[in-house]
This record gives sequence, structure tokens and C-alpha cells, in this order.
Amino acid sequence: MDIKEIKSKFPIFSNKVKGKKLVYLDSANSSQKPKVVIDRISNFYSKEFSNVGRSMHSLAVTATNRFEETRDLIKNFINAKFREEIVFTKNATEGINLIASTYGEKFIQDKDEIIITELEHHANYVPWHFLRKRKGAVIKFAECDKQGEVSVDSIKKLITNKTKLIAVTHVSNVTGTILPLNKIIDLAKTKKIPVLIDGCQGAPHLKLDVQKLDCDFYVMSCHKMYGPTGVGVLYAKKKWLDELPPYQGGGGMIDEVKKDDISFPESPTKFEAGTLQTAEIVGFAESIRFIENIGIKNITQHEKEITEYGLEKLKKNNSVSIIGDPKERGAILSFTIKGIHPHDIATILDDDGVAIRAGHHCCQILHEKMGIPATARASLGIYNSKEDIDILNESINKCNKIFNN
Amino acid sequence: MDLKELYQEIILDHGKNPRNKKKCDGFNKDAKGNNPLCGDKVHVFLKLNDEKQVEDISFEGEGCAISIASASIMTEIIKGKDFNVAKKILENFINMLKEGSKPGINSLSDNENTTIMSLSGVKQFPMRVKCATLAWHTFLHAAEDNKKVVNTEK
Repeated sequence: MDIKEIKSKFPIFSNKVKGKKLVYLDSANSSQKPKVVIDRISNFYSKEFSNVGRSMHSLAVTATNRFEETRDLIKNFINAKFREEIVFTKNATEGINLIASTYGEKFIQDKDEIIITELEHHANYVPWHFLRKRKGAVIKFAECDKQGEVSVDSIKKLITNKTKLIAVTHVSNVTGTILPLNKIIDLAKTKKIPVLIDGCQGAPHLKLDVQKLDCDFYVMSCHKMYGPTGVGVLYAKKKWLDELPPYQGGGGMIDEVKKDDISFPESPTKFEAGTLQTAEIVGFAESIRFIENIGIKNITQHEKEITEYGLEKLKKNNSVSIIGDPKERGAILSFTIKGIHPHDIATILDDDGVAIRAGHHCCQILHEKMGIPATARASLGIYNSKEDIDILNESINKCNKIFNN
Repeated sequence: MDLKELYQEIILDHGKNPRNKKKCDGFNKDAKGNNPLCGDKVHVFLKLNDEKQVEDISFEGEGCAISIASASIMTEIIKGKDFNVAKKILENFINMLKEGSKPGINSLSDNENTTIMSLSGVKQFPMRVKCATLAWHTFLHAAEDNKKVVNTEK
């Protein structure tokens, strides 16, 4: 695989940052976009745009077909059983909110329990907190250990006959931990508890087969998958989508509207109120094609290689502490440097064109658990190379020169 | 944009060895400040006497070198000043970071002016201005008995 060639497909890398070559290590936050995706959006607006699913004219038919094509591509990408199981949202956060709201409305009563983990992004905690406030639900946190692992046992011991949902991340956006989803879902099945997976850090990097995985819900963030912002995907098993009430009300999601009552169509229409991010969803089809042309397994393999190289390199750097030591790690390396706050690290690295993120990464529960207010995080995408890691390491040395001289 | 202008010796020194980083004795006012995007936190303690003079000021908190240094420098400069003078220093300081104006205040000694000027490089790093102003806004809340937690995102 020629990474240089793949990288050349991303226009952003032809720009300099502060006169330096861009070393982009913030893909867990949002990935960069290949030209095919950018061009597709522009072309769609130039030649094919119209609102979808409403009008009868030719443009509307074309636009609707393009839009629905993306749904089919996603269905195949994650191997869902039915295309109706793919619901477009504005982001992964909205996907979780949709389930918290609708599943919560129908199935959660006072004192019912929801299990999440200490690794979760705020997006997989705050929506459940709303349910705690609104319905008296109880949120239980499965503990993560020093390595950043969440064991199946730590979830198992929280399960009671009040447990109504288990919501866990696929890959931690801080420690990079890949959770043992198969085992967690197997356990949940024996207790008949549905499982929601926050797949933001999983879908862009790992092969997905939701039928094999047998999760009930899986949410994805398209802008982390070389796609446009403003689009998320909620996968949910058809039986749930049939059973759950609508989320938001508005145009496009109705069956029949009368003065005394309203009826609703089936999924996905029922959950897609109003005009969606049409051009972005059409553009996202190119992101899926881009990933599939490279091959998701090749992406996993390449990122694994660079992650391992990064781990090795940073471990040799005595000033650096790596956060977490999971057995299975995604393309994420969070770290601290002795005596230097992560924000200062980020500013100094930026001066070298190295883009990382510093802070709590929307994981305050995890940072509190680890007893550190913030971390610096380097996260990878398909365009990263060993050279990027070398530049990162050099720049870390510069931090030490400035601060610890 | 020059890193050397941001991370000047004075700032690195205050960042590593912050002055007045404690709960000062006999404080009669205090306020908290948060930078929710970064997780920076500061708690300012203030002893304001009947003549509205800052008899003592200190802080506790966690954050980057810029936010800790700025809090430390603030306590050094404001301690002993009349509240109205302190408020003027604060206004000038914030103008310096946002508009690049010089903080020159007659009531400040040359040494104090040099110290406060060491933070002027922050202006070139817009993402870091909030780090530098957090403690100062929190001081104002404390002095004016504003019980709301300072939030840099509001």
C-alpha cells in the first residue's frame, strides 16, 4: 500500500501550517477529507441538487436515488440485514440521543438501570443522564483498570434484573482500548439486555459486521470516516426501529396527518424528520467507496503498524508517559509529559505543524479516575506514516527543551 | 508567531513556581472559574478590607503554564492595591490580550509592568487567551461577590 499516494488524495496536505508540513494527528477528533468527497459535494450542488423524497421532478428523483444509494452502501459496509436499519442523524451524538429518548420513553421506568463504562465519551453519558433526570433511571459505571481495560466481569457484576440497556464504546477515544464487544454482547444476550455501541472510534478503523456482532444499536460519526461533517449514522435492529416511537416530529416523517391524530411511516422515514444534510450524505458515499477501495482491513493493518511504531518510540522517550496499556489498541496514543501541561504541549507541537488534541477529550469521568486533568492525544488516520511519528517525537523533545531546560 | 514570546522566562518561572498558590489566611471573598473546553480550574481567595484594599490574594487550581503563570502574576501585582486600581489593571490587561494595547499604568512599577507585559505574547495565540484571562475574571467575581462560577465559554 502506497501511503504517499493515498495521502496525495487529501488536498489539505498540500498546504503548509506555519510554514511547516502538516502532520495531522487528530483524526479521532475529525479526519481529513479526500478530494473525491469534496468534489462530490460540489458536483452534486452544481448538477444534481434538489430536495429528496418529496418532489416529482427529475432532479428530485436523481437526488433521492443518490441519497438512498449512500444508505445502501452503509448497509453493505457494516453488513446490516436491511437497508431500513440505517437511519441518518446529524452526528453520532444524535444517534445516541435518539435511542436514549425513544427507547427511554418506551422502556425505561423509575429505578431501571443503564450500564455504561468509565471510558465513555460524554456523548455516551449525558443522554443517559437526561433519562436519569427525566425518568429516575440509574446509571452504573463499569470500571476500567489501570491499563484502560474494561473487563466483561466488571460489566457482569453490575447486571441486575433492573438492567435495561448496556451502552459501551467500541474503542476508547483516550486510551485506545478496543473493548471485548463479542463477549459483552454474548453476556447481554443471555440476560436479554439490548446493547448500544458507540462506534465513533471503531467504524473508521475496524472491519464491522453488525449481524455477526449482534448488537442492537451502533452509532457512527461520518466526519471521522473521511466524510463530511453534519452526518451521523444510527444502525438499529429492525425490530427496535419498528417498536420505538418517532424521535423528532416534522415534515417527511409522517404517514397521515389529521386534525385529531397523526400516523407515522416505517423506519427509516419515521426517524428522519425535516430535510437532512442532503449533499453531505451524498458525499459520504464517496467516503465509503474511498475506504473500500483501500480496504478496511488494510487500513486497520497500516494504522496498527504506525501505532506500534509510535508506542515504541514514545516509550523510549523518558519524559513521556503513555496513557493506558490495553492489550488491543486502536489508532490512538494519549500521553503526558512530566512537568508540562498538555495545552502547552499542543501549542508547542502546533508550532512544528503537528496537530494533536489536548484536554479531557470529552472524557472527564475517565480523567478523574486516572487522576490527571488532561492528556495530549495523537490519533491516526490512513494518511499517517512513521515519519509523522518521528516529527512528533522531535517536537516532544522541543517541549522539554523549552520547559525543562 | 513566536513560541519564545509566549513562553518567556518569567512565565515559565511563574508556571513552575507559582506565587500565592494556597488558601490565604483570613480571606473574606472567593470565586471559582472553569475553562470547560480544556478542564482548567481556578479558585481565587481574596481578603478585601473595609477601605476596599486588596490586603491579600491567592489562588488554587490546575491548568497549563499560561493559566497558572497568569494567576500567579495577578496575585503578585494586585496584592496591596486599591480595588479600583486593581480593576483598572485588569481592564488594561484584558485589552492587552485582546487588542494588543500596552498595559502601561502609572500606578505600576517598572518591574510590575515588565512582569505583566510578559503575558502579551499570548495575544498571538488566540486559543490561549482564555487560559490567561481565567484567573483575572475570577478575581473580579470574587471581589464583586458574584457567586456564579466563571465559565470561559459563556
